[in-house]
Amino acid sequence: MTAIIDYGVGNLFSLACSLKAIGADCEVTDSAERIRGADRVILPGVGAFGDAQKKLFSSGLGQAALERAKEGVPLLGICVGMQLLFDRSLEFGSFPGLGLIPGEVRYIGEAIRPGLKIPQIGWNALSIRKPHPLFKYIHDGDYVYFVHSYHAVTPKEYVIADTDYGGTLTGAVARENVMGCQFHPEKSGEVGLNILRAFLEMR
Amino acid sequence: MIAKRIIPCLDVRDGRVVKGTRFQGLSDVASPVDLAAYYSQQGADELVFYDITASSDGRKIFTDILAEAASKVFIPLTVGGGIGSVEDFDRVLKCGADKVSVNSCALRNPALIREAANKYGSQCVVLSVDARRVGGSFRVFAKGGREDTGLDLLEWIKKGLDLGAGEIVLNSMDTDGVKEGFDLEMLSMVAEIAHVPVIASGGAGKMEDFAALFREVPGVDAGLAASIFHYGEVKIPDLKEYLRNENINVRI
Repeated sequence: MTAIIDYGVGNLFSLACSLKAIGADCEVTDSAERIRGADRVILPGVGAFGDAQKKLFSSGLGQAALERAKEGVPLLGICVGMQLLFDRSLEFGSFPGLGLIPGEVRYIGEAIRPGLKIPQIGWNALSIRKPHPLFKYIHDGDYVYFVHSYHAVTPKEYVIADTDYGGTLTGAVARENVMGCQFHPEKSGEVGLNILRAFLEMR
Repeated sequence: MIAKRIIPCLDVRDGRVVKGTRFQGLSDVASPVDLAAYYSQQGADELVFYDITASSDGRKIFTDILAEAASKVFIPLTVGGGIGSVEDFDRVLKCGADKVSVNSCALRNPALIREAANKYGSQCVVLSVDARRVGGSFRVFAKGGREDTGLDLLEWIKKGLDLGAGEIVLNSMDTDGVKEGFDLEMLSMVAEIAHVPVIASGGAGKMEDFAALFREVPGVDAGLAASIFHYGEVKIPDLKEYLRNENINVRI
């Protein structure tokens, strides 16, 4: 079973629908027990990092995800869920994350040329920097859907894809069994479904 | 770089798409769910569902349809029509909408923009504006273009942005339905002051109109149209290929 962690941030309807559409056995859950029993875990997230981080830790679900990740279960963070995988975020202050991947989450304005619209909203091409099982069914240059004002700043070894928005922004990351997408695979059409398909095959 | 978006708009009344007509390989063109799936498969970058139902029964049918579409179509969905409160945002977001557009109700109660942006984030709040030329200025209209609000277009857009709108849909009533191209003059003025994505609406009649839009108003992020797509006058795969050949970055 694939557990989608419901910690009270955002709407998980589309994510659950997209997984069901590709035949996943998945469950939206706010139970730490269910997360501990899952074969795979998805950590979604929208909105501000600080708010998401508080809810994730105060619910006890962050600890459950952390344990599961350390036991080697595939964990996929999406959008703010991906940002939560890092050591900390500098969005409206400084907030600690799960610390599963070294690095921090910073304003994209620092990485792109001035005058561009922030947040980045829309479809942008993924440049695959490292072959990864998550990309088994997609190609370099495929478009995915982004909505974000912050991104992960992390050593190159963890960046598996990036995107060009007047500067290079982190698109997807991985460290062993822990993975993250800054974009929304559940809103990225067939390409997004193919990324989720590949994730569901991991064990 | 980020791609220019092509967005078909579906007006839905009593569970059916208004204006929908002929399509090869699509048995029920008036079914919003089938049409949404068709457009998604054709390469639409996003869809707008516009609820033009007046009754509360119709509203329920609309949200049921939205939920069904969202369970089959995995591209961003924007919902508009009759959104007057944060409860309305909640109702459509729960059924799979990603963004919600406000128009007349926000003119009556601008605080709605701020309230919704605080609760769901600016990226979720789309300010849709109907405008046309009156005398020497650009004026905002309410109630589907029936009521002159007396507001200046740029003033209203600035206010909407200050309140937290995360995207602007600008519909020019002067070019709407004329099919001779988007209102480049009006769009340029708005694109100049908007630090959020601007979606052009009203006037698309042929593929060249989209090329002119993206080339002449680089600050515009997307082109929205309804009838030319519904009537099959412009097919999305052809449009995207054409735009790519014109060196405009689109998702193919």
